Amino acid sequence: MVVKQLSVFIENKSGRLVQITEILGKNQIDIRAVSIADTTSFGILRLIVDDPDRAKMVLREAGFTVSITEVIAISIEDEPGGLSKALRVLSDAQISVEYMYAFLSREDKTAYVIFRVEDNDEAVQALRKAGIVCLSSEDI
Amino acid sequence: MFWQKDLETMDRASIEKIQLERLQRIVKYCYDNVPFYHERLEKAGATPDKIKCLQDVERIPFTTKEDIRDNYPFGLFAVPMKKVVRIHASSGTTGKPTVVGYTKNDLDMWSDLMARLIVAAGGREDDIAQVAFGYGLFTGALGLHYGLERIGATVVPTSSGNTEKNIMLMHDFGTTTLISTPSYALYMAEVARDMGYKKEDFKMRLGLFGSEGSTVEMRNAIEDAWGIFATDNYGMSELMGPGVSGECERREGLHINEDYFLPEIIDPHTGETKAKGDTGELVITTLGKEAFPLLRYRTKDITRINYEPCECGRTFARMEKVMGRTDDMLKIRGVNVFPTQIESVIVGMKGISPNYQIVVTREGFMDKLEINVELVDETLLERFAELENLQHTIKEKLRSVLGLDAKVNLVQPKQLERFAGKAKRVIDLRNQPKEEK
Repeated sequence: MVVKQLSVFIENKSGRLVQITEILGKNQIDIRAVSIADTTSFGILRLIVDDPDRAKMVLREAGFTVSITEVIAISIEDEPGGLSKALRVLSDAQISVEYMYAFLSREDKTAYVIFRVEDNDEAVQALRKAGIVCLSSEDI
Repeated sequence: MFWQKDLETMDRASIEKIQLERLQRIVKYCYDNVPFYHERLEKAGATPDKIKCLQDVERIPFTTKEDIRDNYPFGLFAVPMKKVVRIHASSGTTGKPTVVGYTKNDLDMWSDLMARLIVAAGGREDDIAQVAFGYGLFTGALGLHYGLERIGATVVPTSSGNTEKNIMLMHDFGTTTLISTPSYALYMAEVARDMGYKKEDFKMRLGLFGSEGSTVEMRNAIEDAWGIFATDNYGMSELMGPGVSGECERREGLHINEDYFLPEIIDPHTGETKAKGDTGELVITTLGKEAFPLLRYRTKDITRINYEPCECGRTFARMEKVMGRTDDMLKIRGVNVFPTQIESVIVGMKGISPNYQIVVTREGFMDKLEINVELVDETLLERFAELENLQHTIKEKLRSVLGLDAKVNLVQPKQLERFAGKAKRVIDLRNQPKEEK
């Protein structure tokens, strides 16, 4: 139960983000979640979209370096303590999180969290055991 | 395989005997036919009767590119125009071009000298050779063209540019040999891949590259991309064009056609002749040209010469791949930097393309060196740390090669300019007025 995430290399230059989002928009690709990590000279844009394979293709054609990574997506309750419950499970299982970002679901009172960990299977197992719902691409 | 075996395998004494005879002849020829040389030689006390041995060449004043420009267009020609059958000119990016001329005999000699280098590099009459140098005033294309025809190869004069068509013809004609600049060869490989070709789809086996310097790393990258054996040749329009020197199949230096070009190595600052084997600026006296002879021409190229006979059987001295030009040498925070040193680090490095750009700026009184490289390995996007590691590795290698800190910028693929001719990879912004903010 994993989700495909796009990673796009971007130079730290004005106009890059708008270029990427315009390409996706023009190709009718819906962005569900976005996160960016950057240094002074470059950044990596992480995206969850409704059609990752096509998104990769169109961005590549436009000259971007793009990769697809499988990440874990879970659904938590949008209330105080919701996120910490999931992180506690991972911590107890000694699974370290490389990066994560969250976004609200279309349903009420639910948030989605994306995790990047070393071993997806191990993390999914631990989370499920604790009764946390792991999502697939279709769910998002 | 040799083109003119007797000449190419002469012993040192025979080479020097020919060189001295021809040196004496050419000095007298210049003295008698070119007012510029007449005056210069008189003034320096280096009249033809003073040239008794090869070392006496050192009495002759240097000729520089400025001298050629000052005598624009035909002032240094040694024959009347009716004897000149061809004109070439350098690109002349600054001011007037340098103009050179050829008699019928010059063209004939040029073809033979080129043929020697092509055969030495492994070119044969059954090769289909595509000349992707720009045809025109530039000497590169026609020089190789005539040399290839002389050995009987099939010449496809596509010229540079229109890269997709070049590649289509390369594929459809079963081209075996590519003639281009090293940077264009790499660019063509990139375009070929984008067009959906694999290197196995071509019959390519040999590359004859020139007109710009290339490092061993660059050569390896080209060989890898095309699956060919890549060789370097050297020349410049003032001296004749390509055909001055070239690599044999051993690739341990470029054999100089010493019976037509007398090489010396000098200290570029003092002008003093350096000892055999030392590194310095290459100076060449043409020994057989009729229309445009040159005495002690300063090439501005930095190299050194090995006089040991080569295992290939050739006895002509070998010059090392040009390390850089005295012109191209950057002085950054007091340190001499040749772009080729930077190239040796970048090309062949995993994760990035062989295209790069060197930017030098000045902040206050401090020079800043920045290197832009294109990130191509998408697997590095998995972890931020991997990109930072890559940046760090390049920076460290540059530091050990240059003794300088450089800022390394990762840029998106295909962002940096590609070149069909000579690559221009250095942008020196130090003497530009600062933009008002």
